[in-house]
Order: sequence, then C-alpha cells, then structure tokens
Amino acid sequence: MYAYVARRILATIPVMAVVALFVFSLLYIAPGDPAAVIAGDQATPEDVERIRQSLGLDRPYLVRFGAWLWDILRGDLGVSIFTNLPVSTMIAQRIEPTLSLMVVTLLFAVSVAVPMGVVAAWKQGTLIDRMVMAFAVLGFSVPVFVVGYLLAYVFALELDWLPVQGYTSFREGFGPWLENLVLPAIALGSVYIALIARITRATMLEVLQQDYIRTARAKGVGQRGILFLHALKNAAVPIVTVIGIGIALLIGGAVVTESVFAIPGLGRLTVDAILRRDYPVIQGVVLLFSFVYVLVNLAIDLIYTLLDPRIRY
Amino acid sequence: MALLEIENLQTHFRTPDGIVRAVDGVSFQVEAGETLAVVGESGCGKSVTAMSVLRLIPEPPGKIAGSIRFNGRELLGLSEREMRDIRGNEISMIFQEPMTSLNPVLTVGWQIGETLRLHQGLDKRAAEARAIEMLQLVGIPEPARRVREYPHQLSGGMRQRVMIAIALACNPKLLIADEPTTALDVTIQAQILDLMRDLKRRVGAAIVLITHDLGVVAEVAERVVVMYAGRKVEEAPVGPLFRNPRHPYTQGLLGSVPKLGSSLTGTATRLSEIPGLVPSLKQRIEGCVFASRCAHATDLCRKVAPALEAKAPGHLAACHYAPRESRGAAAMVAA
Ligand SMILES: Nc1ncnc2c1ncn2[C@@H]1O[C@H](COP(=O)(O)OP(=O)(O)O)[C@@H](O)[C@H]1O
Ligand code: SF4
Ligand SMILES: [Mg+2]
Repeated sequence: MYAYVARRILATIPVMAVVALFVFSLLYIAPGDPAAVIAGDQATPEDVERIRQSLGLDRPYLVRFGAWLWDILRGDLGVSIFTNLPVSTMIAQRIEPTLSLMVVTLLFAVSVAVPMGVVAAWKQGTLIDRMVMAFAVLGFSVPVFVVGYLLAYVFALELDWLPVQGYTSFREGFGPWLENLVLPAIALGSVYIALIARITRATMLEVLQQDYIRTARAKGVGQRGILFLHALKNAAVPIVTVIGIGIALLIGGAVVTESVFAIPGLGRLTVDAILRRDYPVIQGVVLLFSFVYVLVNLAIDLIYTLLDPRIRY
Repeated sequence: MALLEIENLQTHFRTPDGIVRAVDGVSFQVEAGETLAVVGESGCGKSVTAMSVLRLIPEPPGKIAGSIRFNGRELLGLSEREMRDIRGNEISMIFQEPMTSLNPVLTVGWQIGETLRLHQGLDKRAAEARAIEMLQLVGIPEPARRVREYPHQLSGGMRQRVMIAIALACNPKLLIADEPTTALDVTIQAQILDLMRDLKRRVGAAIVLITHDLGVVAEVAERVVVMYAGRKVEEAPVGPLFRNPRHPYTQGLLGSVPKLGSSLTGTATRLSEIPGLVPSLKQRIEGCVFASRCAHATDLCRKVAPALEAKAPGHLAACHYAPRESRGAAAMVAA
C-alpha cells in the first residue's frame, strides 16, 4: 500500500513536468513576437526591447525553460508585467475567495447531487425521477453565467435575501462569508450537480439489481440502509471518479462565476491577466490550477482503495 | 396450527406483453422443525413462491394475493416495517448464487453482525464476537481472521457457509433455502447439505428446501411439494413420493433418478428430461396444466382441470387418472 502511494506520487512528476512545459510554452504558442505581444499595440520599440531582455529571449529555449522551472521549484513564479508584484504574492492575495467558492460548491453539490441520484434510482420511472433527470439536462445546457445572473436577479435584487455580489473573508465571520457564497455556489454547482446526479442514478440503478441487495432485504435491512449503505458503497467508485473529473469543470466555471458575482479571486485575476497579456500571471495561475487538478486525481486514486477492497495495486 | 400456512397463493407480474401468472393458486403447510422440499423444473415458480413468503417481490410489477400465515399471523396484512422485523429474524433465506449474494465491499463479519444489530440490538463488539461464533459453527477455519475478510477472499463453498451463518444468526424458526447447492461443485454440495442438516438438528428450524435436484430431496426432506407451471401438482411424504409417484409429471421427473437413500455423490440426480415445453404462464390454462406434455392426456384432461385430491393418506395429486390407494382412506384425508 505505502509502496503504491509512493509510486503514484512519483508518477505525478512527469505529468507535472509536461504541464510545466506546456505552460511555459504558452507565451510562444501565441502568434508573433512574444515581446511585442506582451508590450501591446502602443509600445515603442524600446519597450519591446526591454521586455525582450527581461524575458531573456536572447537565450536558447530549453535554457530559458530550465531557468524558469528552477525558479518555480524555489517558489518564484516571476513578476507581473503589469503590477510589477511577484506573481506568488498576487496569487496569495486572491486564493482565499476562489478556494472558498470551490470548497463550498463542492460540498454543496455533492451533498445535493448524491441523494438526488440515489432517490431518482430508487423511484425509477416516477415523477421524482423524471424531475431529477430534467434538472440534470437543464443543468448541463444552461450556461453558468445565465444561472448566475438569474439567481442574482431573483434572490438578490428582487427578494433581497442575499448580497448581489462581492466577497467577505471568513475572518470577518462565518455568516457573512457564507452569505456571499450561496448564490455563486449554486450557479457554479448546477452543472456539477447535474453531472454527479446522473452518474449516481445510473450506477445505483445497476447496483440495485445485484443479488447482494436482495440478500440485504432478506435480512430485514430498511430502505435507507439498502440505499445509502449497501448500494451507495458499491456505487461509490464511479461517483467519486466523476466528482474528481468535475473539479476541472469547477475551475473553468469559477472564472465565469467570479466575474458574474464580482468575487476578487483567481478567476478574476486570470481574466484580468489575459486582457492585459500579463503572461507571468497567466502562467502562474494555470500552473496552480493544473497542480490542484493532478493532486485531486491522485487523492481520488488513493480513495478507491478505501472504497472497494477488491481494488489492490 | 402449522408454522407456515400458505393458502391459494397467487403471485402475478404485470409485464408489457401480459400478466405472468408465476404462482397460481398454491397451498401448502410447513410444520415447526420440518424439512419440506419444493421441486420442479426451472421457471415453474419455486423462487417466486419463496420470495412471496418474505414479501421480497417488487410490487409493482408483482402482486401477491391469497394468504400466508406464519405462526398464525397473516404476513400479507403486515406493514413493511413489521415485515422487516420478520425477515432475517424469524424467517431467513439463502439464495442460489453464493458468489454474488454477499456484499463485496463489506466484511463478512459486518454482514453477519448486521442482522444481530438489527434484530437483537447487539452493539458492534458483541455482534462481531457472535459473528466469529457463527463462522465457527458453519465450519469456517480461523474464524477470528476470516471475520475481517471480504467476500472475494473466500471460495464459493465458504461464501455459502457465510450465507448460512447470516441466515441462522438470529435463530430463525423457518429457513428458506432456494437451491443452496446448485451453483457449487458436487463435493462442496454434499458438505453444505451435511452442514444444513447438522445445524437444523441444533437450531431446530423448519426448512423449506427449494431444489431441482431429487438426490438432495431424497437425502434431506421429509415431505415434498412438486410444482409445475405455477401450481402444486403433487404433495407427499418423501418415501411414498419416490416409491409411488402419482402424477405423470412427477413420474417423469423421477424417470432416471436413483432409489431413495442412495448416495448423493457422483450419481446424476438431476431431473430427467421431459419432452415438450412448459406452457406460457401468460395465458390462463384450461384443463390440466400438464396436458400439453402428458403421454396420458385425454380430451377430458384438456377440458377440465383435475382437482388436487388425496389419492392416499397424506398424498395429494392433481390428475384425473392418478391411481387411488383406497377410496375410504383417501376420502378420510381429504375431509
Ligand atoms: N419480476 C418478474 N417479472 C416478470 N416475470 C417474472 C418475474 N420474476 C419471475 N418471473 C417469472 O415467474 C416464473 C417463475 O420464476 P421462478 O420462480 O424464478 O422459477 P423457478 O422455479 O426456477 O425458481 C418465470 O416464468 C419467470 O419468468
Ligand atoms: S390430468 Fe391428464 S393430462 Fe393431466 S397429468 Fe393427469 S393424465 Fe396427464
Ligand atoms: Mg429459482
């Protein structure tokens, strides 16, 4: 087991290396002279030359990559072209709202979607099931920003139950912190809920046909025990997998959601950086998101072994 | 009063192409401590009968009618809650598929302990201690280690032993075993049957043993119910049934079966092949259900359904031409 964990962690190194190479190359994939691209339309030739030197564009590609990688490994993500602040500082300033939004969305989505899928499977073919399935289709097809604006309009502007936008740090209290996150989490979570609920329903339908479910019923286990223990534990692997894959959806959706609700997080930072062609910041954020994604999937692989005793490595 | 009294049981399924009359008017009784075998070809309604007793038939599409009294209580009138207190506690069941009947992600000990926690209110530790005892009882070596293992770490025979341990954990009054040995190889079959007989003596539970293996019937049963196309066509103590089967269907089944008491191992003791197909359960059958395959069928058989009558003391058969022992004796039993 420990050997497996160690091997899995080692295996993420090449993945991260490829990701790093890709992120580094972002600047050079864009058409044109990178220095000119960064400098923008109104730049003087001197500006371009200054940027060219600061990027070290006169050195060979792989040497530049090596130097960049070495800096990153030491925690130095470079300096923003626009603000001249270290990228790591800028990320640190913005990470709390994004992390809060993602964690709240994740917990909210999972705790809604899994019971929804379970009940839909149990009540297969009934009105409840059809409502869940209709919601799942809707959740997929309506874009996050539409859901976001709709929620903000109804619950914030019309009903005035919740703040329209903004973010309050949890250092200022759990209540205000959560209040600001409710609508963004619902907006961001809708696709995610749809995805998890569908997988949960499909997997549960299959599991509920199994002989061991009949055995549990013959033992006198109640409906709740059948669904949430005997069946759900067997359905857990595909569900957890989709939760992990869905983290990518959350990352993409966070960028949009933060714009809609004016949350000063990494999503906003990314959008601003892209608009300003602030490449070091873009690279830093993409690298961070990729790292989180790889880490989450590593964690999920390890969780499998806890969920299903037949999975051994 | 018998332990289990089934009267005119009708379990029907609504399907897209008609109603399947899986069980159509079956009656029989099981006395406390008795072993009753239910035999018949595949698809004749044995499992559905068993599942109906525990009300494990999904409703809809299924529908159970008639009467099932257990210890004098009408099970068909109980709430789901009340049924749950009976399942795994007073009546338990073992299934044909040992490889898939245990939950793959829960330990064996947990699965045995679950019934004890549910029905006897044992705490976690007491349930595990009792689970170890049960594993010992069903002959699993190193029970203290096995109790922490998962089903995939056990062989088929072992898993069926675990199923038996689960079924007997709460000392049920009735154990329904639906083809408990069919999926196992011959030597393991004999071991499991020995185990069931041994445990029955110790626990004193009545057993309804469903099987299509007449060798098994000869070995363990006291009385036999023969089913065909959702009906009971014959019922008798095991001796008379094997020596003197009255219904042509039973005679067909027994065609190639070794004599009563012969050893189980090795010999082919499956039901012999009867030519023809089981009639569709979707149509109401006029006349005798067996008429389409019976060598003795007459016009009378095809028009008029034979009544299930006592042909000898304690020996019922549903056939117009089944021989009677003597009118006087038969009439006495029938009355
Ligand atoms: N859920 C169901 N829906 C429709 N038909 C069913 C269902 N369960 C069982 N049946 C039918 O009931 C009949 C009896 O089945 P069963 O009791 O399993 O036979 P066996 O004697 O082999 O145990 C079969 O024809 C089967 O197709
Ligand atoms: S009643 Fe007729 S058809 Fe039916 S079993 Fe007897 S002889 Fe055969
Ligand atoms: Mg069966």
